[in-house]
Amino acid sequence: MQVHAPAPTEEEIRGVVMPLASLEGPLLPMLHALQDAWGYVPQEAVPVLADILNLGRAEVHGVISFYHDFRDHPAGRHVLKLCRAEACQSMGGHALAESTLQRLGIGWHGTTPNGAVTVEPVYCLGLCACAPAAMVDGRVVGRVDDARMDRILSEVGA
Amino acid sequence: MRDFIIPQYPPGAEPHDDRDMGTPAKQGAPVTLTVDGFAITVPEGTSVMRAAAEAGIMVPKLCASDNMEAFGSCRLCVVEIEGRRGTPASCTTPVTEGMVVHTQSDKLRRMRRGVMELYISDHPLDCLTCAANGDCELQDMAGAVGLRDVRYKAPEDRPLLNHFAQRDGAGVNAHYLPKDESNPYFTFDPAKCIVCSRCVRACEEVQGTFALTIEGRGFDSRVKAGAIGDDFLTSDCVSCGACVQACPTATLQEKSVIELGTPERSVITTCAYCGVGCSFKAELNGDQLVRMVPYKHGKANRGHSCVKGRFAYGYAQHKDRILKPMIRDTIDQPWREVEWAEAMAFAAAKLRGIQERYGRKSVGVITSSRCTNEETYLVQKLTRAVFGNNNTDTCARVCHSPTGYGLGKTYGTSAGTQDFDSVEQADVVMIIGANPTDGHPVFASRLKKRLRQGARLIVVDPRRTDIVRSAHVEATHHLPLKPGTNVAVVTAMAHVIVTEGLFDQDFIRTRCDWDEFQFYADFVSDPRHSPEAVEMLTGVPAADLRAAARLYATGGNGAIYYGLGVTEHSQGSTTVIGIANLAMLTGNIGRVGVGVNPLRGQNNVQGACDMGSFPHELPGYRHVKLPDVRAIFEQAWGCTIDPEPGLRIPNMLDAAVEGTFKGLYCQGEDILQSDPDTHHVAAGLAAMECVIVHDLFLNETANYAHVFLPGSTFLEKDGTFTNAERRINRVRKVMAPRNGYEDWEITQLLANALLKETGGAAWHYTHPRQIMEEIAATTPSFAGVTYEVLEEKGSVQWPCNETVPDGTPLMHVDGFVSGKGHFMVTEYVATDERTGPRFPLLMTTGRILSQYNVGAQTRRTENVVWHPEDVLEINPHDAEQRGIKDGDWVRLASRAGETTLRAILTDRVAAGVVYTTFHHPATQANVVTTDFSDWATNCPEYKVTAVQVSLSNGPSDWQERYGEQAERSRRILTAAE
Repeated sequence: MQVHAPAPTEEEIRGVVMPLASLEGPLLPMLHALQDAWGYVPQEAVPVLADILNLGRAEVHGVISFYHDFRDHPAGRHVLKLCRAEACQSMGGHALAESTLQRLGIGWHGTTPNGAVTVEPVYCLGLCACAPAAMVDGRVVGRVDDARMDRILSEVGA
Repeated sequence: MRDFIIPQYPPGAEPHDDRDMGTPAKQGAPVTLTVDGFAITVPEGTSVMRAAAEAGIMVPKLCASDNMEAFGSCRLCVVEIEGRRGTPASCTTPVTEGMVVHTQSDKLRRMRRGVMELYISDHPLDCLTCAANGDCELQDMAGAVGLRDVRYKAPEDRPLLNHFAQRDGAGVNAHYLPKDESNPYFTFDPAKCIVCSRCVRACEEVQGTFALTIEGRGFDSRVKAGAIGDDFLTSDCVSCGACVQACPTATLQEKSVIELGTPERSVITTCAYCGVGCSFKAELNGDQLVRMVPYKHGKANRGHSCVKGRFAYGYAQHKDRILKPMIRDTIDQPWREVEWAEAMAFAAAKLRGIQERYGRKSVGVITSSRCTNEETYLVQKLTRAVFGNNNTDTCARVCHSPTGYGLGKTYGTSAGTQDFDSVEQADVVMIIGANPTDGHPVFASRLKKRLRQGARLIVVDPRRTDIVRSAHVEATHHLPLKPGTNVAVVTAMAHVIVTEGLFDQDFIRTRCDWDEFQFYADFVSDPRHSPEAVEMLTGVPAADLRAAARLYATGGNGAIYYGLGVTEHSQGSTTVIGIANLAMLTGNIGRVGVGVNPLRGQNNVQGACDMGSFPHELPGYRHVKLPDVRAIFEQAWGCTIDPEPGLRIPNMLDAAVEGTFKGLYCQGEDILQSDPDTHHVAAGLAAMECVIVHDLFLNETANYAHVFLPGSTFLEKDGTFTNAERRINRVRKVMAPRNGYEDWEITQLLANALLKETGGAAWHYTHPRQIMEEIAATTPSFAGVTYEVLEEKGSVQWPCNETVPDGTPLMHVDGFVSGKGHFMVTEYVATDERTGPRFPLLMTTGRILSQYNVGAQTRRTENVVWHPEDVLEINPHDAEQRGIKDGDWVRLASRAGETTLRAILTDRVAAGVVYTTFHHPATQANVVTTDFSDWATNCPEYKVTAVQVSLSNGPSDWQERYGEQAERSRRILTAAE
């Protein structure tokens, strides 16, 4: 079951981003704030941000699309990031990722049908000494093997 | 696609050198370096790439172009510099003294080939069928670096990852994006894109619209117009063509080139749309125009263009264009096509007959602000030398005649004081009653560039125009005044400057009449002129007005640009005087970066005024009552000139209704649609016995004409246009006139037919250069202007004579033309046009980017995709009171008349104000405007009409009323065919 909240209104978007308007270089903090609020950067925010910051809509889109971390649709209730960088690959990260995705029956950036978890690739969590590494809702987990992955997945309800 | 801006000619370069120097010219101390053994001296800050180009050595490049800052992304322009490690990009490396650069070596060649191989590995090799074949920088660079092979081959089990193949063996290529053909004039084919970012940077740096971006990153980087879901048409793109110009491949390509092939010859000429006067290269195959490309050495546009000049030339070939002369005895008859001789004999007999019956002064002419100087000169000569009266007027009557009066009285000459380059050194720009992003887009781009560099902006306009706030541009102060209160606002600004002691006393003492200043200072210091006192009247918050006045007076170089929002009022002339006063008060006149600049509407409205189109002035703004001036022309023309000024357009129409004015020769102007109070214009035209319309199309005025003379387009004739900066630009014939004659020849045919009737000596001009010789011989400000000078210098700004042989970019440098500058008091007098219970809203009119004036040209091009009909902008507050929703069909009524059109709800206009355009005859916004006009010059008060807006029953109801109206007008006057 995919959960789709109604798209935020312009007032709601302004409510989230306006407190950041006085920052120097406010666009990225605003995008983070939007993603924190809704789990993604809603398309409706593009013209609003362009208006607030007096930018072209294209420029705002250019920034959002540059960062893979910004989603254009809501993620599942939990986000599992698997490190794809060299150190983790050398420690079996690739096989771990393959088996995890296969188990969940989804691809990269996919969300499980029950809406519990979204799996995303990430390039280096700075946890190379404990490779292969993962991150669950912002919390890093090291030395992930199949058993540990089982625990993670049951924890997030996948 | 190889012509880009060089802001200043490099010393020693040929003036018509079209090479792309790679990076913009810089100014600075001279630096000498050696490139491939050649010593070259360039200004400090110049890139190694540009220095090499000036030495004649073109370093291979793809992402660099000399109309935008260096970007350093393509890595093709690498060079070796002695004493430095590595291979720096020559575009981003500034020169240093004594630097020794090598642009060729084995290492560099290998690197460049390697880079090209990568580019070509993701580019379709369909050169022979590609629209850019022969005009492609990627192709050129592949040749320049000696690319012979691409080593990147697809592995056996899968295809090479690419963006250009629609299918990749396994199925649909997920990286392939289809062509975007949404823009009517150019296509965007992502398959050919090398992601050099030139289009994105051109949109930002040259045009200032920020409609494009690079989306994604790495291999997924793509050029994108707008955000998700947008194509070029729905994005913020204004179709200026800068991206198409910048594209080194066929990714952004004119549809006309795709259809017609690569042009093989080009002619440099001048755009026939607005008063910016952009220079273009008309590129052709034979007599087939393929495209118009902005000319990088054009001094008004510096290589930039807008959607009209760049793309909207299709009207020249439109099926509506009339190519044969036509006549009829009465306007209820159908037109009859005849030969030129018969048309001329018919017209001459009619006009002479009218003069015999009703007197010498019963006929007149209206000159065209779209025709050349030479043609306009002949038309006013026709009325003065052949008709024997001064009944000549021009559409400047209805636009900038108050500029002529106001600047003439204060400064002594009737023209803007600066060249367009001047804006690059302005610190505070004040725009009053002008909408440059729509009306003068190329100037607006140059202005926006300066604003992005930090200049500050004050906008005085009832409407929140795009320049008030758009991407990366924001006015420091927007004073949204109530229409009709310009004088009060300008006088209040002077009040602040005088009472707060912000005026430039030294300037005023040396340059202006001190007694007049004191009188003026006393006048404006009166507390009744304070911002607080006029706040209720103007609707402008006093604090804002004070802040704006302080900024203009103290912010550095202050430049004023104004438009028809100043002049088209009952106090238009007074506002112009008030603006001139402000500039003198603050010493903002007579140097670069300052000045008072009318943004003139039409391509040659400045020239039409210069050429003696007004009934009281001979060419060069000299009054007809002056015997010595008349003597010059009497001698040149072999005739006697009437010392009495003739009739203005409104007087002609009044006299026609009264029965004393019976014949009119109207060249290239549609007074029925463009002049105010359509009912009155129609009645005047209908009362005449011979109306000769000389135009490209059967315009609305032609419905009342007896003779139709088909005109030639700007592409079909030689001559000159004079733009808003007094710049005389050459118009060159790029193809033969489809109607058979250039317009000056047609006027000469008419003159000679008339002269034959009376036995006068015929005119014998064989080329417009002879007409310019006559203008130069009779008019001191044009004394030095010849076609040879124009060929040599490209263009000159008048005055151009023995004292200033190179022309005059800046006016009033050492003193005003009139000697001392004159301060004049500017008492605010409210217009008689008032809102009341019946007509509670104020309507103001204007125009939009894609359409031009009455739309006769632009309505006959693809530009209609942006503006298919006139709409009424109304504030949501006013709309709600009337139950009007966005898109509703509404009735717009004033005491003069009414029309119906669609309403758009927007807070661009304040409550109490509505706004529309007058581009479409189906709407005829001027049915609503009134006959009030400027007290000094009769310039109509288009900008203030009291109106009421109410819901209408939709188009069918409107059709009904329109039918009735047409029938009504048919009773007194009958439409054509």
